[in-house]
Amino acid sequence: MSRLSEFLSPESLWGRLDDPSQNAGYEDHPARKGFFTDTSVCIGCKACEVACKEWNQVPDDGYLLTGMSYDNTQQLGASTWRHVAFIEQPLEVAPQLTDLGMPGSRPPGWEREVTLGEDLAADQGAASGDSGVRWLMSSDVCKHCTHAACLDVCPTGSLFRTEFGTVVVQEDICNGCGYCVPACPYGVIDQRKDDGRAFKCTLCYDRLKEGQTPACAQACPTESIQFGDLDELRERAAARVEQLHEQGVDVARLYGADPDDGVGGDGAFFLLLDEPEVYGLPPDPVVTTRDLGSMWRHVGAGALALAGLGAASFLGRRGR
Amino acid sequence: MSRREQSMVPEPEFRSYYGRPILKEPTWKTPDVPIYLWIGGIAGGSALLAEGAALSDRPGLERVTRLTAATGAAIGTVALVHDLGRPERFLNMLRVFKPTSPLSVGSYILAPFSSFAGAAAASHVTGVAPRLGRLAGAGAALFGPPLATYTAALFSNTAIPVWHEAHRELPFVFGSSAAAAAGGTAMMLAPTAESGPAVRMAGIGAVAELGIGHVMEQRLGMLAEPYEKGLAGRLTKLSRGLTVAGLGLSALSRRRPWVRRVAGASYSAGSLALRFAVFEAGRESARDPKYVVVPQRARMRAREEEAQRQGSGTLSS
Repeated sequence: MSRLSEFLSPESLWGRLDDPSQNAGYEDHPARKGFFTDTSVCIGCKACEVACKEWNQVPDDGYLLTGMSYDNTQQLGASTWRHVAFIEQPLEVAPQLTDLGMPGSRPPGWEREVTLGEDLAADQGAASGDSGVRWLMSSDVCKHCTHAACLDVCPTGSLFRTEFGTVVVQEDICNGCGYCVPACPYGVIDQRKDDGRAFKCTLCYDRLKEGQTPACAQACPTESIQFGDLDELRERAAARVEQLHEQGVDVARLYGADPDDGVGGDGAFFLLLDEPEVYGLPPDPVVTTRDLGSMWRHVGAGALALAGLGAASFLGRRGR
Repeated sequence: MSRREQSMVPEPEFRSYYGRPILKEPTWKTPDVPIYLWIGGIAGGSALLAEGAALSDRPGLERVTRLTAATGAAIGTVALVHDLGRPERFLNMLRVFKPTSPLSVGSYILAPFSSFAGAAAASHVTGVAPRLGRLAGAGAALFGPPLATYTAALFSNTAIPVWHEAHRELPFVFGSSAAAAAGGTAMMLAPTAESGPAVRMAGIGAVAELGIGHVMEQRLGMLAEPYEKGLAGRLTKLSRGLTVAGLGLSALSRRRPWVRRVAGASYSAGSLALRFAVFEAGRESARDPKYVVVPQRARMRAREEEAQRQGSGTLSS
């Protein structure tokens, strides 16, 4: 467990932090591990979802048909630690499609015209040639944030930072308080209703301990999910973006790769081909503990004001 | 989206993944958690009133407020434990102390408060160890105000937009709401001849609650919407109505004990409705990706404009 001073040092709460494992108290530890998920080569096979379920023995979370393209998994959750999102975007929007006058029948953003060159459509394996539809596929996962709100708000110490810099729930400690659930700026961790405890991706902590690759990355047939040392992955990702830009895919951008962003950078980051919110990701997540000092100051001031009000209430005349 | 209301105001343009939520809705149970916030406020405020009553020799008020503080702490603890997914592991809350977790800090406020308030009430009722009882009462009065306001940090220290962005105002909203509820409860239960301090505490608390609530909504901008619309909006209106009714009835209650009791009940119910309103607004802001995307995009735009104003390449880290 960390020392109190380390808990309260500002760099533990927000901003750039190059070595979260050391910050958590590991003196000698392996390099920080992570995922680089390159969605430009994802083919939506869901092998990652299956491999994760099988290796980690994650139970099913219902069999629902959503009508959202090929996505019946819907979202990350207590029993879904990899989630493949499918986004179907019309390349050329026919006017009658948007003028049907049926508000709510289309998801927000659907009606936006997607202006992509034909060269881009040809470059992407995910774009189907004749149907005029661009398919975006992305395998989402826990971001293993540098500043992990779930870990910070956990009152039992169940959530902890591993020597690999990842964030893991100790299920024998978790008492199901649920605080981590609304704390996560990405909506990743959730409570398993029939169990009561919180669950999420462990970045295959057990496999990492044995020097193995996490199940999802191992199963990915296109190397869309790449596992490795975070430093190296960031370099590889920067090179990949550059390569795509050179090929004319201007929409390629990295998400969660910047160590100066609102969560200090993600341990699991992405290459996206559209705005993050199109994939169900927050465009500018900020860890809640950035404002922790302000929160406690205001709570303290509020408590003092209440105490003052209590005292002042007895200042009046007797018998009233 | 049957939950979403039809609005005449055009929706701000934003994109999302098939309209699906980005955040997870809090899994905290209702009514457990709203009731915990409310009764924690009542208990904390009552512990203050009890010490004042003891110091100013108001035995009737002291008796009522000591019992209220102890009962409130007990009910609050039960509600908090019941809310856990694994209630038998409640004691894991005291396994570590983490200033980054308001729930951890809160556990170290609730545990001593409950012990002090329980001991003070037991001593007061039985007459056993009166000096220790008074000491325990002072301890409860010390932990009472933080018990009433830490719950604001509990909610604010999350990614829920309407809670987090209200982190400056919420402690004062909860603190004043606690004053209104604790004062109101004492007005309801204590002898009228001794309930003057409770009337003042509730009255000032009610005015502050309304005023700071208004400031909070002004500052929240588009994030005030969840507090004003739907279920949370109806609860907010109910809360304001009950609080205003409490103020009005209280003003008429000098020689009418019954009116004073009704005014107290109205204050207290107003505080309860407020806690439910804040809880429901938080859930709604987690359900609708609009409340995540639109403010974050605005933040990004503001940052870009700021960077452009300062000129490129001169940004400090």
